[in-house]
Amino acid sequence: MTTLAVPMSSARPANPSHIGPPAPTLGAAANAAPDGKRKIKIQTTDMGFFYGTHQALQKITLDIPERSVTALIGPSGCGKSTYLRSLNRMNDIIEGTRVIGKVLLDGEDIYARDVDVVELRKRVGMVFQKSTPFPKSIFDNIAFGPRIAGVRSMATLAPLVEQCLKQAALWNEVKDRLKDSALALSGGQQQRLCIARALATNPDVLLMDEPASALDPGSTARIEDLIDDLRKNYTIVIVTHNMQQAARVSELTAFFCMGRLVEVGRTKQLFTNPKEKETEDYITGRFG
Amino acid sequence: MTAGSPPPTTPANAQVKVPRGSSLKRRFTWNGAYEKCIRIVLLGCALVSVITTASIVFVLLYESVLWFPGHTPFFGKVSLVEFLTATQWTPQFDGNQHFGILPLICGTLLTTVTAGAIGLPMGLASAIYLSEYASPQARSILKPSLELLAGIPTVVYGYIGLFFLTPLLIKPVLTGVFGLSVDGFNALSGGIVVGLMIMPMVASLSEDVLRAVPSSLREAGYALGATKYDVSAKIIVPSALSGIIAAFLLALSRAIGETMAVAIACGNRPQLTLNPLRQIQTMTSFIVNMMKGDTPVGSIEYQSLYAVALVLFLITLTMNYVSQWILRRYREAYQ
Repeated sequence: MTTLAVPMSSARPANPSHIGPPAPTLGAAANAAPDGKRKIKIQTTDMGFFYGTHQALQKITLDIPERSVTALIGPSGCGKSTYLRSLNRMNDIIEGTRVIGKVLLDGEDIYARDVDVVELRKRVGMVFQKSTPFPKSIFDNIAFGPRIAGVRSMATLAPLVEQCLKQAALWNEVKDRLKDSALALSGGQQQRLCIARALATNPDVLLMDEPASALDPGSTARIEDLIDDLRKNYTIVIVTHNMQQAARVSELTAFFCMGRLVEVGRTKQLFTNPKEKETEDYITGRFG
Repeated sequence: MTAGSPPPTTPANAQVKVPRGSSLKRRFTWNGAYEKCIRIVLLGCALVSVITTASIVFVLLYESVLWFPGHTPFFGKVSLVEFLTATQWTPQFDGNQHFGILPLICGTLLTTVTAGAIGLPMGLASAIYLSEYASPQARSILKPSLELLAGIPTVVYGYIGLFFLTPLLIKPVLTGVFGLSVDGFNALSGGIVVGLMIMPMVASLSEDVLRAVPSSLREAGYALGATKYDVSAKIIVPSALSGIIAAFLLALSRAIGETMAVAIACGNRPQLTLNPLRQIQTMTSFIVNMMKGDTPVGSIEYQSLYAVALVLFLITLTMNYVSQWILRRYREAYQ
């Protein structure tokens, strides 16, 4: 983590005095830092993404500070999910995709040739829009990540499962039926189960792709409370279509449009006083 | 087409009208009669399968269990207990006829178990490769060649077992290296070729159920740091397990019913043995052999053929039914 200084200063010589503020992009040079002491967890520089020959993202420069919630908003098809999925290289699964530019996690280029994708994904967990419980018991779902990482003993797994379920605020609802199928849980419970399962691999970063868009308001509120708890220990990046949600949960908001990062800033500032006309049009509902 | 035939011209303001009847009452039209004919022809074709199945079952039952005046069925001449427990099957030995189906069941069991031991794991492995690992190019080569394998006539497989597998592979290895005695006709060679025969079936049926597993489960697995093998073996296969079991049962019932390959490769001596290196006879190869001989219609050996066919029919029917029941449950689980 001392390595951070090098890419930082070379990437943004304009702001060498402290580590932390989000990258000023597209002229938004005066973005205030959310917290000057926070270090950058994920740094993308001039990143571009291709599906075959179609360029889905261009020149994305964005710094994500650690232990914070960063929301990615924008109209459908703007590339925010693609960006999110490129942070743990989930797009590798899709044939014919290509990334240019740099994506650094703790200063390390995750697209370097010698990066072990499996290790990367253990460090950068992900929760999807549709909850994806495996057709196994609740316990086995949570224990899946640790088990494939080589943890076999129940003496380790049992407390770990309990801890993750507690972190995901699900423990009290399921503690008596850990052996039951995870498919029997309600939609909101399944989504919290998936969050608990992602936490079990002990990640630093949690990527969430519209985690509450398929849930009712009550379950959504529980997920948002959960995100609020998790920000103390994890770096969270959340894609959402719901601007109220972005405003409620995030410290930083990045607005994507047509594959470009239009504006990034502190959430409050971006929603009350956007710098770009496009952002203003989108958040006031004039477009998108 | 276009030359010389200008499109029919209609006045710009004319409205095109479809002719229609003057009343709502039903009356005879040629169109209505045509509809009825179509319906009857289609129904007739669909009924053929029902009629065929019903008559086959009737014939099997008639020759083996149904009493009529002047007609004694097989089980009227041979007791069910002897049929199911005696250890010799010698319907063609005059004066010394024994009708114990155990040697035939044993022969079928030997070839089926061998075929299953080879065909099921290899088929499942190919299915996993095709659905999880293969690039589109690899798929485009493998899939048609599997289908080609499924299209080879079974009689060819029989000769491959008899003239290539046994003398060129089984004998040199088992006799040459391990010193075991191997018959020229043996259950092992038949089992192996039937295994190769059911492999494409297992592969194609299993691949369908593997691909039906929602890709969101794969992504979720990869996002947890799972390798391709972790995802395939610990998420995809368990999720599709009931479908895979159903595919296995269908393939096994095909192996049980397989006739030509085992009749050629395994020989025709019914023996009560579990040694796959001996010459044996399966239920199916007994039936095909009886048809080759000049057995008088109505005789006990002629009827024994139907009794064996009835047993075979009951076994495969049960397996098909069980596999369909499993598949149905599987579908429910995924909705």
